[in-house]
Amino acid sequence: MEQSEQLIPHLFRSEYRKLTAVLTKIFGLEHIEIAEDISSDTFLLASETWGIKGLPENPVAWLYTVAKNKAKDYLKRNTLFEQKIMPQIQNSTSEIQELEIDLSEQNITDCQLQMMFAICHPSISSEAQISLSLRVLCGFGIDEIATAFLTNKEVINKRLFRAKEKLREEQVKIEFPNPSAIEDRLEVVLRTLYLLFNEGYYSSGKDITLRKDVCLEAMRLTNLLLENKSTNKPAVNALISLMCFHASRFEARVNVNGETILYQDQNENLWNAELILQGQYFLNHASVGNKLSKYHLEAGIAYWHTLKQDTEEKWESILQLYNKLLQLEYSPMAALNRTYALSKANGKNDAIIAAEKLNLSNNHLYHALLGNLYTGIDNAIARSHFQTALKLTKSKADKTVIARSISNLDAL
Amino acid sequence: MKEFLFVFRNDYQAVHKGSPDEMQAETKQWMDWIGGIAAQNKLVDRGNRLSSEGNTIKPGNVITDGPFMEIKEAIGGYTLIRAESLEDATEIAKGCPIYQFGGSVEVRAINPL
Repeated sequence: MEQSEQLIPHLFRSEYRKLTAVLTKIFGLEHIEIAEDISSDTFLLASETWGIKGLPENPVAWLYTVAKNKAKDYLKRNTLFEQKIMPQIQNSTSEIQELEIDLSEQNITDCQLQMMFAICHPSISSEAQISLSLRVLCGFGIDEIATAFLTNKEVINKRLFRAKEKLREEQVKIEFPNPSAIEDRLEVVLRTLYLLFNEGYYSSGKDITLRKDVCLEAMRLTNLLLENKSTNKPAVNALISLMCFHASRFEARVNVNGETILYQDQNENLWNAELILQGQYFLNHASVGNKLSKYHLEAGIAYWHTLKQDTEEKWESILQLYNKLLQLEYSPMAALNRTYALSKANGKNDAIIAAEKLNLSNNHLYHALLGNLYTGIDNAIARSHFQTALKLTKSKADKTVIARSISNLDAL
Repeated sequence: MKEFLFVFRNDYQAVHKGSPDEMQAETKQWMDWIGGIAAQNKLVDRGNRLSSEGNTIKPGNVITDGPFMEIKEAIGGYTLIRAESLEDATEIAKGCPIYQFGGSVEVRAINPL
């Protein structure tokens, strides 16, 4: 009994998405709910049966067999099959009994990859893409997604419902894009995976385990792209490299109380050396071809951050990478980080002049940055910026960090 | 926000060719300046440098070729930015490193067609 209670959530996370991907491929994306229902029912039956009878010998095989039978039963029972689904199944002449539900590793991977392209369809918003990815590709529960997004279940349910509607309207198919379209479509997929990772890495949600899981899922999905020849592109290598470098600091960036530890205060012994090595490996593999993506630049920046020691070369390199990144794509976060790098490379005075031109006075991090830059130059101005930052931020973690900066000023 | 064209001019023949270190320092100044504009979300297109090769076509099919770089005040490159006003754009242009090398920046407002 206890055994199955522990095993089921674990299996749910790893197998639900596989069943859903393969079944959705068979039913068509417009009937994704049927696939989700069958997968959910399978797990429901597992928890009932295993609780009474004990664990089967091979739980995964058990799940697959049950899901296959449920899918076949469904098709037999439902008139929808003949009217709508049947025409879509290739070899529609074959009997349902002989219907091949291929749950081999290869087919599961292919279906998941194709599903990734379907979900990351340009017709739906990135927010919807991320929620759908978490649900369908990562097997997260609705409440987990709501927690990750700092919102409630209804919002997520609505978002998922609308996204599925839209995919139906657009008649999106679960398939690999044409070779001619793959670059463009891959760009959307990478963007979603990047945002998914950031959602876990930078969210102010308190559930640290959940946030880490979101990051690891983003990495797993990116790895799926690497394993396939047609999607193993330099930008994908750059993205996974970036994720490895960031993930290497998981253990060092939060203290036992769940508070954020700033980069410069982190204990580098807690940085994961293996992930750093992996990051370097993928960054090398990303350095081919003639396309410089923003993931290349961000991976380069993250690489320099894995070297704890402050050197002139380090900050000058980071500054130049930010200069290039901002030319490729503006974001307030990159603008602020670039200004911090400028202070390290060119000095605080240059950075203050640049910072005051940024026009980000509604952003608490802007004031936190100016507070840092003015510290030791004009502490009264520094204090006033820190206080504005404190007023503007809603994040508890950021409040703690800013309050600490103010008390550091008091100690000067 | 309006768009403005920066036209960079210099006497490219007379420009002192520095040591590798000096050249690198100059490149850094340009990169930091452009990066600073981009950080304000005011860069539209960083533009390009112009090569010394080129032709000018005049009425009557008269073609004169370069090298344009031999002219004092030759156009060496351009950049497209956005700014609140001509004053704002001019302020941004003041940060360009070209003046140390005797060059100039022409700031022109763009009238969309």
